[in-house]
Amino acid sequence: MSEVLVLVDHAEGVVKKPTYELLTLARRLGEPSAVFIGTADAAGAVKDNLARYGAEKVYVVDDADIKGFLVAPKAEALAQLVEKTSPAAVLLTSSPEGKEVAARLAIKTSSGLITDAVDIAEGGITTQSVFAGNYTVTAKVTQGTPVITVKPNAATPQEHTGAGVVEEFAATISEAARTAQIVASQPREKSGRPELTEAAIVVSGGRGTGGEFAPIEALADALGAAVGASRAAVDSGWVPHSYQVGQTGKTVSPQLYVAAGISGAIQHRAGMQTSKTIVAINKDDEAPIFELVDLGVVGDLHTVLPAATEAIHHRKG
Amino acid sequence: MRIVVCVKHVPDATADRHFESDYTVDRVGVDGLLSELDEYAVEQALRLKEKAESPEDVTVTAVTVGPEKAADAVRKALQMGADAGVHVSDEAIAGSDAIATSLVLAAAVRKAAGGGVPDLVMCGMASTDGSMGVLPAMLAERLGVPQVTLASQVETQGDQVRIKRDGDTATEVIGARMPLVLSVTDQSGEARYPSFKGIMAAKKKPMQTYSLVDLDVSADQVGLSVAWSVVEGTEARPPRTAGEIVRDEDGSGATALTEFLAAKKFI
Ligand SMILES: Cc1cc2nc3c(=O)[nH]c(=O)nc-3n(C[C@H](O)[C@H](O)[C@H](O)COP(=O)(O)OP(=O)(O)OC[C@H]3O[C@@H](n4cnc5c(N)ncnc54)[C@H](O)[C@@H]3O)c2cc1C
Ligand SMILES: Nc1ncnc2c1ncn2[C@@H]1O[C@H](COP(=O)(O)O)[C@@H](O)[C@H]1O
Repeated sequence: MSEVLVLVDHAEGVVKKPTYELLTLARRLGEPSAVFIGTADAAGAVKDNLARYGAEKVYVVDDADIKGFLVAPKAEALAQLVEKTSPAAVLLTSSPEGKEVAARLAIKTSSGLITDAVDIAEGGITTQSVFAGNYTVTAKVTQGTPVITVKPNAATPQEHTGAGVVEEFAATISEAARTAQIVASQPREKSGRPELTEAAIVVSGGRGTGGEFAPIEALADALGAAVGASRAAVDSGWVPHSYQVGQTGKTVSPQLYVAAGISGAIQHRAGMQTSKTIVAINKDDEAPIFELVDLGVVGDLHTVLPAATEAIHHRKG
Repeated sequence: MRIVVCVKHVPDATADRHFESDYTVDRVGVDGLLSELDEYAVEQALRLKEKAESPEDVTVTAVTVGPEKAADAVRKALQMGADAGVHVSDEAIAGSDAIATSLVLAAAVRKAAGGGVPDLVMCGMASTDGSMGVLPAMLAERLGVPQVTLASQVETQGDQVRIKRDGDTATEVIGARMPLVLSVTDQSGEARYPSFKGIMAAKKKPMQTYSLVDLDVSADQVGLSVAWSVVEGTEARPPRTAGEIVRDEDGSGATALTEFLAAKKFI
């Protein structure tokens, strides 16, 4: 069976959950091989987890020379691994970085590219959700090594023990790839809440909050949810841009999406329409968001949310 | 300094967008416009020009690849204040995937810059129809330059470019040297509306229309039939079945919400 390369998405050696989803999907196409770009120490720390989700091999590309540079070196390293291993496919997460690495890799290896897959079936048939989630498209790469970026939550990670054999891979990185560089980085405060794109429940607030996000956050915390927002709330400076759900923010597809004080513009829908269950709280019974809901509450979020939050705490005892 | 801005003509997102029988996007039956996200790129290009020591030495050229109507996207950029326009149109391009589009666009960018790589190639963060957000990286790969993407702020000094990017876990400052490909987000600053003067002036600005032959791109490298990925089917998402709507009266809203969440096992 051919290998399937999975680029490990990690921050300082902590592997992000979508990587395990990729490993799970990779098994439908061949034998998963994780590609870890980072230090050897960090690779040692994560290899058991990668193996637990099916990685037969773990290629380690030492990043000492390329740390802090943007995507170009990663694309070069991956292209060289593709050359060496002739994999059945390369899977990456659909983050901005994942997509840009994929874009460069596809050109370098003369391969077709599919982005934002929400599923991959045997034979490499992908499913995508397009036009603000109004259509699903099935597609397939027909040239070269399929390069596919996959959205978070596309699959449930399944444990499946792989050998996890570590193999160091010495990539040759050109000078030209080491140009665009991070010169300063200000880490954002951690909220302690789940990551927006990975969360099972998302509670979002819009202009209707009037800038008061406390009721949104309280409900989110009662449900163990991530907090999201509409662009109107972000543009007003109430919450950081990383909270934004929609066309120019995050696409989320949680089990439950709660929209409070959000009208439901097409650009917002684009980021949440594929959620399994949708609930909205809005004063205006004609708000377009109500076209999408499983449950709609016509009312003031400032009274409905706190009362519901209290009732939830009460139920939990 | 030469700036080339890539602008895409897209079907209106608020209209009923759909597919043709060959699974390509219907670009004729739906009203089109300059992708709103590319307006931000035009705006940033114009601001760089205005801030330059001698603005007259900075040329901003808007480039589009697309069917006849796509020229409207370039026209809008000219009305906003771009100096010149390039429209690449060729029957053979129809149905091209991102890979082929990037091949044509890279050739068009060079042509617009007089043969070489311009100092700055500016893009929107993603097109509002395909919204892959991969073209900037592909263009950079093809032009052999770095890309810095998703800028919410852009500054240049000489040939140095600094951008701010609001990432998931950190706000980053990224530095690079021209030439490069730059993409900007909708946080970068509201795009201007064309003024009456701008609309009149645009009529006299140079606008070139090229076919593949003009760009030395062979027709058998592009188009639907040679796409490196194929769509096997499209399906309209079944409309969501109408849910239950309750009106909050004396706390009934919160009760309904809590009971719904409990029934669905979210609590
Ligand atoms: C290119 C482009 C990209 C965009 N990208 C995005 C994106 O990624 N994400 C996004 O969200 N938007 C995006 N937008 C903006 C989008 O078009 C809308 O403007 C935006 O989503 C509106 O946010 P909102 O629903 O919070 O505000 P509004 O549309 O103003 O709605 C506020 C709602 O709150 C309700 N309300 C008010 N007070 C209360 C109360 N006390 N209790 C309950 N309800 C109340 C009102 O009835 C109203 O329905 C984009 C637009 C463009 C052009
Ligand atoms: N056909 C096109 N003509 C000109 N520019 C384009 C075209 N397609 C994409 N672009 C540019 O590339 C950016 C990203 O597009 P995409 O990768 O399709 O989401 C857009 O915002 C445009 O700046």
